[in-house]
Amino acid sequence: MRETREGLSRASDQRPPRHQMISVENLTKRFGTKLAVNDISFEVGKGEVLGFLGPNGAGKSTTMRMITGYFEPSAGSVMIDGVSMLDAPRLAKEKIGYLPENAPLYNDMTVLGFLGFSADLRGLTGTARSAAIGRALETCFLEPVRNQSIDTLSKGYRHRTCLAQSIIHDPEILILDEPTDGLDPNQKAEVRNLIKRMGETRTIVFSTHILEEVEAACTRAIIIDQGKIVADGTPDELKSRAVDAGALEVRIQGPSASAIREELGRLSCTKTVTTNSEHQPHEGEESGCFTGSVIPKGKDKTAALTVEINDLCRDRGFRIEELYCNPGRLDDVFRSITQTAE
Amino acid sequence: MDIAFRNIKAVFRRELSAYFSSPIAYTIIVIFLLVSTGFAFWVGDLWDFGDASLTWTFFFFLPWFFVVLAPAVGMRLWADEHRQGTIELILTMPIHTWHAIVGKFLASVLVWAIALLLTWPIVWTIQFLGDPDMGPILSGYLGSFLFASACVAISMAISAFTRSQITCLLISITVCLGLTLLGYPQIVEQLMKMLPANVVDGIADLSLMSHFLDMTKGVLVFRDILYFMSIIVVSLVVTSIAIRAKRS
Repeated sequence: MRETREGLSRASDQRPPRHQMISVENLTKRFGTKLAVNDISFEVGKGEVLGFLGPNGAGKSTTMRMITGYFEPSAGSVMIDGVSMLDAPRLAKEKIGYLPENAPLYNDMTVLGFLGFSADLRGLTGTARSAAIGRALETCFLEPVRNQSIDTLSKGYRHRTCLAQSIIHDPEILILDEPTDGLDPNQKAEVRNLIKRMGETRTIVFSTHILEEVEAACTRAIIIDQGKIVADGTPDELKSRAVDAGALEVRIQGPSASAIREELGRLSCTKTVTTNSEHQPHEGEESGCFTGSVIPKGKDKTAALTVEINDLCRDRGFRIEELYCNPGRLDDVFRSITQTAE
Repeated sequence: MDIAFRNIKAVFRRELSAYFSSPIAYTIIVIFLLVSTGFAFWVGDLWDFGDASLTWTFFFFLPWFFVVLAPAVGMRLWADEHRQGTIELILTMPIHTWHAIVGKFLASVLVWAIALLLTWPIVWTIQFLGDPDMGPILSGYLGSFLFASACVAISMAISAFTRSQITCLLISITVCLGLTLLGYPQIVEQLMKMLPANVVDGIADLSLMSHFLDMTKGVLVFRDILYFMSIIVVSLVVTSIAIRAKRS
């Protein structure tokens, strides 16, 4: 399944007068004979928070390493805010803050020493330097461990220390490779909030394989599989591609569950009805209960089907206990896209 | 230039603090002081040698300690960056790879400068015993420093290829030992049997030892200094090639 990239085609139809913050063109990376990233192109605009999704080994980290200038691409180009990473790497790197996978750190340093070193390499001096360190400590909640040696830190603090390093020079672009990997749920939520907060003023690209994170923090998501972009859109757009997106989930009470199911199946907009549970009336009981989903004939028929179900229940005296439209689940989309590509 | 200096200084300071915030630098310096002065007094027979110079009693033994101990200083420089993954951090900073290489090299060389300075009491001893000619002693120290620096540079180049410090240590010791032994009469004799004389001369001239011995005798020849400098420069270039190869 090779989706057309709506975001990208829109961008190339009417090229914006100003350059994008990140612009990747025909990026390719080969390791020996293995093609890790296969001719991918995308752009990220100012203020976008882009989620980078894909199975393990799909090429997410390799792509990010090329964007940040760690790997040299086998082919293609990376432009950072109009500056080429290949031709002017130092200028381009100045604009980026980067959290590599697994948050690597110098274990022999203290948190403060490490942030000082990062600030030095970013060219910060004097009061600007100490202000930047203070701000990074505060943003990443590192005050309690500022003088602690890095090898004594817990995983959560290690991640945040590396994150602090990436924002120390207040970059316009943040590239975060699996920022929540290996954290406990509280820490995950904390980092996610951090990303959300920082995304208000910056351009962020982060990779993850936790799909709720994309829904919680991203304005756009790209799914990458086997080195290729297989989907690109807002989380809602992606979700609507799920097979059961637009299906109506119902729980209806009536004289008999099977009768309700049959009536639902006869509606003109219904494609199929699937049953979750049918509760037939026992002796002495008056009503049965049907729980299941009604799948419309097309995704545009959802509204019409809702009206039909309402009318049906009013006419027959059924009682609707529950009726809602299934928005689709991102992980269903993820699975269907990345599995069919295999 | 300012920026280059600033970046080199930042890397230099970090590496130096890494050496001295862990036991590694202290351990190596203490071992070096023990063996170098130990050999001078017991093996070199400093008391009874009857010669107020340090050429045969002190400097003569130093290369063997450098061959083993200098790689122990150089081995962590890049192997540790590979192992911890921090190489990805430092190479995505807005600095040139050369800034990092030079900063690291200077820090490891400073460890050896400190180690050598701490052997200075042996010069006082000699001055107390007799009236030494300071020329050969100073040029001997310069030669020792260059010898150690060359070994550190070689081990740094090898550490850029591997994430394992122990692998780097063993290979570095082998390479440094090989380069030291090349000029030895026994080895040269064997080579003479197999190769034409001018080739053997060329090979023997690559030996760290022959250039070093000249300097300990007070013969300060530009050629010898140039030799050590070239070993260092070649090693640093190999380091940068190895790092580049890892990224492409």
